[in-house]
Amino acid sequence: MSSVTFQNVKKVYSNGYEAIKNLCLEIKNGEFLVFVGPSGCGKSTALRMLAGLEDISDGKLLIGDRVVNDQTPQQRNIAMVFQNYALYPHMTVRQNLEFPLRMAGLPKGEIQNKVIKAAQQLGLESLLDRKPKQLSGGQRQRVAMGRAIVRDPSVFLMDEPLSNLDAKMRTQIRTEIADLQRQLGTTMVYVTHDQVEAMTMGDRVAVMLKGELQQIAAPQDLYDRPANVFVAGFMGSPAMNIFQTQLHQSESGKLAIDFGPQTLTLDSATVNRYRQLGHYQNQRVLAGLRPEAFYLANTDTPINDCLEIEIKTVEALGHEIIVYAESPVDMIQAEDSTSNTVASGDKSTYLIVRLPSSPEIRTSTQLRLGVDKTKLHFFAATGEAIE
Amino acid sequence: MKDIANNNIKEVQGTQRQDRKLLSTIGSYLLLTVLALLFIAPIVFMIVGSLKPDDLVLLEAGTLKAFLPEKASFQNYWDVFERVDFARFFFNSLFITGMIVLAGLLVNSLAAYAFARLRWRGRTILFALVLALMIIPLEAIAVPLFFQVTLFGWRNTYVAQILPFIANAFSIYLFYTFFIGLPKELEEAARVDGAGTIRTFFEIIVPVSLPVFASVTILTFLTQWGSFLWPLMVTIDEQVRPLPVAIASFQTLPPLQWGDIMSFGVMMVAPILIVFLVFQKWFVEGVASTGTKG
Repeated sequence: MSSVTFQNVKKVYSNGYEAIKNLCLEIKNGEFLVFVGPSGCGKSTALRMLAGLEDISDGKLLIGDRVVNDQTPQQRNIAMVFQNYALYPHMTVRQNLEFPLRMAGLPKGEIQNKVIKAAQQLGLESLLDRKPKQLSGGQRQRVAMGRAIVRDPSVFLMDEPLSNLDAKMRTQIRTEIADLQRQLGTTMVYVTHDQVEAMTMGDRVAVMLKGELQQIAAPQDLYDRPANVFVAGFMGSPAMNIFQTQLHQSESGKLAIDFGPQTLTLDSATVNRYRQLGHYQNQRVLAGLRPEAFYLANTDTPINDCLEIEIKTVEALGHEIIVYAESPVDMIQAEDSTSNTVASGDKSTYLIVRLPSSPEIRTSTQLRLGVDKTKLHFFAATGEAIE
Repeated sequence: MKDIANNNIKEVQGTQRQDRKLLSTIGSYLLLTVLALLFIAPIVFMIVGSLKPDDLVLLEAGTLKAFLPEKASFQNYWDVFERVDFARFFFNSLFITGMIVLAGLLVNSLAAYAFARLRWRGRTILFALVLALMIIPLEAIAVPLFFQVTLFGWRNTYVAQILPFIANAFSIYLFYTFFIGLPKELEEAARVDGAGTIRTFFEIIVPVSLPVFASVTILTFLTQWGSFLWPLMVTIDEQVRPLPVAIASFQTLPPLQWGDIMSFGVMMVAPILIVFLVFQKWFVEGVASTGTKG
């Protein structure tokens, strides 16, 4: 077990493309850290640099106390699971598991013991004499994990290991990986583009975009307190509804924002939560409401918190429904909502709302919604969260 | 009534379509059979000729009997062994070709791997130069190569017949196209598992590349087994001469015995057929996967 430290790490390719820009990050001993972000954000590059498969252009990379910049993958004592498993097709499961131990020069008896132990841990005993092509996707995935754990490495690295599995198997293996990591207590760095995997698996999640670390925090903290508008839009499915608005003083003297024709007056709890909010009075800000920040309005709902919408599409998920409604304002898309592209980013006219399942909510009907203003998020025009 | 008429028309159309399909199948098979016969005829002629008494070989050459031995005998084969040191020639051919194939597999696959996977300065230019070598025929470089071999004192040796043909641009190209298509993750997994470049090559790359190794083996074997010009230039002594040069001398060795020549030919061709039959499956797979026509 070891900690991992990225100290001002950069990756610049020979064509000048900066894949990683000054990454500073510390992964604690025994921690399960998930790198998440859209394609090309640098998450896999960071993992591959840690594995020793990519050179580091600048900065220091430490595993424990050792600077590993110039060490080979073998010297780093890491194990990696690849997206396509990368099992050796000409070897049996047993030989696949034995391979890293043979390379380490362990005696035969010890190799056999370790292989049997790993096979038992992952339920592979009956498959040991099969070749990879005779295995299902899930079994291959387990063999790849077995090849990683059999070496008892300092750090586990996983590069989108579930993306080739079907949805059901993905959920099952997701739990197995998380359990295995807890059992072994080994530091694990996991890369995924799937924010559900990130939220459910990691102790902490590092959100990347265009080679830059956007935020690193526990999954729930990321969800509740996103550091910027990109993280807010990226984490959560369906995504947060983010719109531009003006923060102004209402007739009652309280701070308020416009949400289309409706003025939402902010209560003191919300204003107290965002201490800096007062500084943005009469300025354009970005406000965000997650789909679950809406509820079906009733007669008790204050008129100022209500919103009339026209339903465009309804997705029934059984226990809940996702409503896509005509938005009173232009919504900003998550992946374009970085600080420098907010103004020019693609816009959506849909307001996304999550509601309990109800047969009365149908396409092309009007709906009266209440807005839970305590769930409002605020971001400066630069995209950074207002504290 | 209309329905019945429509059904009848459909049935007639269906039968016509089936007839056309049958005719086209028969036509294809007929054409393929004729082609197969054309290709196989000289070989059958040679085999049958090798089993006939010497005086009948030319006498029956223009008739169907050329393909049907009335009295088969292996006398011609014994004659060959009596008249020349066939075993020596056969060993020479086998040794020279075998060495070229084995050393070629090692050298060319390693070179191709370096071009396909390793990153080093000048790789692209050097690879382009290697590919350009494919268009230069042996005849064009035979004379300077001959001078070089003479300079090194290698004339009339096995070395002169083996060394210049180990590195082969076409083999490198075949290996390269195969290696470039292999998933990189296999090598990366091996690196992470602690294998160095050489170990990764021999333990991971070679076993998953058997089809291309088979293709290169068979292509090199075919080319080198029939090599004539170069061995003729660099060998003087029968002790180091391979079969193609030996059969050429044998044809001029009095008395002219066509049955013996046919037997010599059969024994010369047999190893090629054996190699092809052994590697056929992999060869076809290899040709398909490298996207190269044999």
